[in-house]
Amino acid sequence: MAKTMKSVDAVLVGVGWSGSIMARELTKAGLSVVALERGAQRTPGEDFTLPSVRDELKYRVRLELMLDTATETVTMRHEPSETALPMRRWGAFPLGDGLGGAGTHWNGVTWRFTPSEFVLRTHLTDRYGKNAIPDDMMIQDWGITYEDLEPHYDRFEKLCGTSGRAGNLRGTRIEGGNVFEGARSDEYPNKPLVMSQAGLIFTKATRELGYHPFPTPASNSSAPYVNTEGLTIGLCEYCGHCELFGCEANAKASPNICVLPVLMQDPRFELRTHAYVSRLIYDKAAKKVRGVAYIDRHTGEEVEQPAEMVVLCAYPFNNVGLILAAGIGEPYDPLTSKGVVGKNYCFQVNANLPIFVEEEINPFIGTGATPAAIDDFQGDNFDHSGLGFLGGGFLAPTVSGGRPIQVRAVPLGTPRWGSAWKEATARWYNHTFPLYFHGSSYAHRTNYLDLDPNYKDAIGRPLARMTYNFKPNDHKMSAYVMGKMMEIARAANAKIIGNPLTRNNFDATVGGSSHHTGGAIMGTDPRASVLNRYLQSWDVSNLFVMGGAAFPQNAGHNPTGTIAALTYWSAQAITSQYIKSPGPLVPA
Amino acid sequence: MSDDAIPRRGFLKGAGAAGAAAATVLSGHSDAAQAQTPPTAAETATNEAHLTLTVTEAAFLSAAYDTFIPADRLSPSGTDCGLVTYIDRQLAGAWGNGARFYRNGPFLPGKPEHGYQLPLTPREYFAAGIKAVNAWTRKVYGKDFDRLAPAERDAALKAMETGKAEFADFNAKPFFEALYQTAMEGFFADPIYGGNRNKVSWRMVGYPGLPASYSAKAEAYRGKKLNIEPKSIADFS
Repeated sequence: MAKTMKSVDAVLVGVGWSGSIMARELTKAGLSVVALERGAQRTPGEDFTLPSVRDELKYRVRLELMLDTATETVTMRHEPSETALPMRRWGAFPLGDGLGGAGTHWNGVTWRFTPSEFVLRTHLTDRYGKNAIPDDMMIQDWGITYEDLEPHYDRFEKLCGTSGRAGNLRGTRIEGGNVFEGARSDEYPNKPLVMSQAGLIFTKATRELGYHPFPTPASNSSAPYVNTEGLTIGLCEYCGHCELFGCEANAKASPNICVLPVLMQDPRFELRTHAYVSRLIYDKAAKKVRGVAYIDRHTGEEVEQPAEMVVLCAYPFNNVGLILAAGIGEPYDPLTSKGVVGKNYCFQVNANLPIFVEEEINPFIGTGATPAAIDDFQGDNFDHSGLGFLGGGFLAPTVSGGRPIQVRAVPLGTPRWGSAWKEATARWYNHTFPLYFHGSSYAHRTNYLDLDPNYKDAIGRPLARMTYNFKPNDHKMSAYVMGKMMEIARAANAKIIGNPLTRNNFDATVGGSSHHTGGAIMGTDPRASVLNRYLQSWDVSNLFVMGGAAFPQNAGHNPTGTIAALTYWSAQAITSQYIKSPGPLVPA
Repeated sequence: MSDDAIPRRGFLKGAGAAGAAAATVLSGHSDAAQAQTPPTAAETATNEAHLTLTVTEAAFLSAAYDTFIPADRLSPSGTDCGLVTYIDRQLAGAWGNGARFYRNGPFLPGKPEHGYQLPLTPREYFAAGIKAVNAWTRKVYGKDFDRLAPAERDAALKAMETGKAEFADFNAKPFFEALYQTAMEGFFADPIYGGNRNKVSWRMVGYPGLPASYSAKAEAYRGKKLNIEPKSIADFS
């Protein structure tokens, strides 16, 4: 018999960026909120301190801050006809864990998606004709526009103290910023970070080629900053220990330093850590969720938390898994293309090209975000006529820390061991960095999420199963941008150009990114999406789903800025409309 | 096998020295290596007690790590850098015994893209792998891996790396990668883990280690090498 807690206005599952922003907005509107976090409490001043925070083996290799796969992992297969196998250890990506979620261990890269991404199907068919999008590429419009989200992007940047330079201020293009971005209502709150040598090399080379380089927008603060919640963010140390690490300087924006200190003072807010949500309590007849059940990891007991509304703020695998297990909505079927839950799971298509240069790079002096980037090959910023693929991404040099277990490229043809390998490692360590392509992932009919029939997590729930592979569109896009990267490498006077990383099948052992999207997508049509434009379930009006799960397809920009902006957008609809008259915000 | 009459620990010392000499010849740096005193590690690795490794396992790992990282002008041998200590502690600890590792069945053979799919913990996997390699080298060369000449060790590792070595009921290639990965971890990780003694690999590449607080240096050292004495976690503890 489960223990039942006192009912609250809202229960939130997961406390990363979405969970903490949603909790803040709801409590400000007077709602009582319980937020459930499966992992541990994380307090920057205690958990992230020198010298132990600078430990590559512990954090990068053994993945100390990440979810323990023995607790939960995902299974993977390439095609619906195959049997999926579990990722027994993280390889291609780790999932976050603990208070602050991925917001504690991210790199701080804070993009806005390009305006055309939000109306992608309309945009591509308008520009290239009705047949431009292949049948099995299930691109959809989001149901919102860039202009809808702009104020919310602005709020997030001011919450994080994002460092950058505007390239489009209220419609005026500004050279030196990202001239491809949508119109901004305001400049970034902090000036760009100091550009590293690799950033200067990249900027010079791409400018010579006629491209439009700019400093990558980064929530690694270039100066001490007091955010919109009155909380102080420190100065970035350029320490080169950002992604998968916590920040001891409080310079990398995280829920833990940007929102939670204020929330924790609010009597309407209650945080419960080590609360492992096991299921949604779904009243099928009434089409309402009545709360959630969780395992209290301190006692082992199952606890029910009743609530007037439930907001899922966990990772896409977890959000989609909870919806599927509750039997809400029609699961997606890749054979008939019917159903919606699990549909349009997308990832990220990356490519790398190591280059070797004469200049001293000092790769250990780095910030999480890349120093510079170009968006000339992002999304539909370039003409795709005759190219045979859709989509694109940004190109950048990656210098985010010369941590030597993982960052020490040697030229192609160097032996992997012995004295010749040691000589080459010593020769090139300070003279190499990769050019990096961070590309879009557009939905495909056979890429989707469902529940695995064979494998279970630590509390007996089925694992999420990803059926995913790179498709011809991804390979053609990678080949095209690899040509552009070769051009940039030559313009950068690279002495040696390394082996382009080419991908065949998706490989669960090869590092890529943790940018998973889709599965509970937003849209305009209940037959084609799980959520309406306010991230409210079409089927169950007191259920809202945040995070990357809502993206109809993934753009070639990192997702965090858009995840946070969508959370503010949804919270605004909840606090200004929904709580006055609970029910569907859009008629189905 | 007459080699078995020689006590393993004594043999190990001799093999290490032979390995170092051969590696300098192979690398083409014999003149430089003879002219300079090789960098020294702060402690020596000989006759070290181990937490979990058997004598046979320690001998195997020492021979493999010394092949990957031979003593030369850039560093002492892998063993003298503490790599056997490193792997011993790792295998004896949480990682070695299956922490952060999903171990629910069924255990099905996957594609290479699925990654590791065996129920063995790293401790069990290394034990099984070392046995399999030694069984294979006994078949091919007539002796255990650690008793091979340096050029033979190199060839045996290459055969494993490229999948040419076929072990009974054990896949050589992923074991090679696991072994290689531990060598790189031990060599480049913070010395707190037992390898990278005296921060020798960090000196080799010019990685300054801790505290890595560069806000005052980011601009000043742009394009200019930052030559500072590396510091590790223990230096701040």
